[in-house]
Amino acid sequence: MTVTSTSGASRTEPPAPPGDTSRVSATARIEARPDGRGGTALPLLAGAGPLAPRRTRAPVPGEAHVTLVGAMSAPLGGDRLAVEVGVAPGARLRVTASGATLALPGAGSDPADYRIRLTVGQDATLHWLPEPLVSVCGSALRQTTCAELAPGARLLLREEQVLGRHGEPCGRLTTRLTVRRAGRPLLDQELDCGPGAPPGWDGPAVLAGHRAIGQLLLVQPEFESGPVQPQTLGEYAALTPLGGPAALVTAVAPDALTLRTILDEAASDLLNDRFEAVRS
Amino acid sequence: MSRSALLILADGRFPAGGHAHSGGAEAAVAAGRITDAVSLHAFCRGRLHTAGLVAAALAAAAADGVEPLALDEAADARTASAALRTASRRLGRQLMRAAHAAWPDPQLDALAAALPRGAHQPVVLGVAARAGGLGPLDAAHCAAYESVGGPATAVVRLLGLDPFDATAVLAGLGPDLDTVAERAVTAARSAAVQGVEALPAASAPLLDIGAETHAARATRLFAS
Repeated sequence: MTVTSTSGASRTEPPAPPGDTSRVSATARIEARPDGRGGTALPLLAGAGPLAPRRTRAPVPGEAHVTLVGAMSAPLGGDRLAVEVGVAPGARLRVTASGATLALPGAGSDPADYRIRLTVGQDATLHWLPEPLVSVCGSALRQTTCAELAPGARLLLREEQVLGRHGEPCGRLTTRLTVRRAGRPLLDQELDCGPGAPPGWDGPAVLAGHRAIGQLLLVQPEFESGPVQPQTLGEYAALTPLGGPAALVTAVAPDALTLRTILDEAASDLLNDRFEAVRS
Repeated sequence: MSRSALLILADGRFPAGGHAHSGGAEAAVAAGRITDAVSLHAFCRGRLHTAGLVAAALAAAAADGVEPLALDEAADARTASAALRTASRRLGRQLMRAAHAAWPDPQLDALAAALPRGAHQPVVLGVAARAGGLGPLDAAHCAAYESVGGPATAVVRLLGLDPFDATAVLAGLGPDLDTVAERAVTAARSAAVQGVEALPAASAPLLDIGAETHAARATRLFAS
């Protein structure tokens, strides 16, 4: 365990004063490396606080599969959570989650802070496929995902944000996705929604009332010689090559299920090389 | 600072090619998301606080003397849409020619030589502002204003919107423009110390999606 401090107490207790102990500060760590027999070992698999990574049966030979199990509702306002994932050169890791992450209001007005750090080495593969992040009414969360990739690393990453549970307004949600490859910036995007966000976030230039937003990113060295052609995937989704060897699908949808259908189809087409490449 | 240089750089008649681009407004009109002055205002406000803020911060940082090639990489990472990257570099190349004529400067020449196919437009704007004796706040104001001026002018042509209404939309955004320019300068100052990752990266999913939809259309009035 790598808990720096945890409540140990039930969430149902009355709000504690500032500097209180109801806030969770926890970092979960996952490290994958080749096991020397063509497979992938997990020398480090450490949960903390509400984050519990479990090794699960890998559907693909040679790959390790970890499921993030939400041990309690989190993050609450004021919580400081982090997940650090390292995939050593040559290893193959898939990380999924057992359920959606709910950003919930905390005792005070402090936002929660959730940092995800992904490091993928040379000839290593990471599939980072969590479930949606749901911004519950009254919550405030800042999530940052930073991926640091070696030149020959492969990354498939999916992020989905859902603004409010069914029929409720969302909280404040700020998500930033920063991807660096070979030490250079590849993708840097921030989405800021909900009460207190800069004006226009729900307007015709940004979301126009859509409640589910998703991104699917595939980084792989093969795109260096044959990047995908930009194309639209229906009215509210598009596939575009990035400045480096990567393809990004951006989609908005009325709900999480519609969004997932779009992203799943795009992921399958991308991984099976069914999109047309630019002839070089 | 030279107020005259600011007026020349911000003038819609400055021959930098901006008139051929709608800043995503044509796609939004085609999708029925802009239909009148009210929805134009909402569109411009959203664009200003996302793409406009990012452009203003890049321009302010370039005007402040942050390394233009690092800013160009940062702009690339912050422009997910391939269609928008192409448009931004094309506009950067055209702005470079106009700026070179207006304010010949070795820093402009160095950027043009390093990126002959065009640097991102806000980066060129910042270097041009610097060459014209302007400061980061001037450059940020120029970029922020451009981010809404283009769409407002385009919608006059696309919808036959009354030009007086379009101008009222822009004037109504005055306080937002000031806020964005100031935020951009603050971010640019951070970037000078901490590196370009300190620059804002505010994105607008529908601008990115609409840019690809627009690029795929056979007939269109504006390039982007």
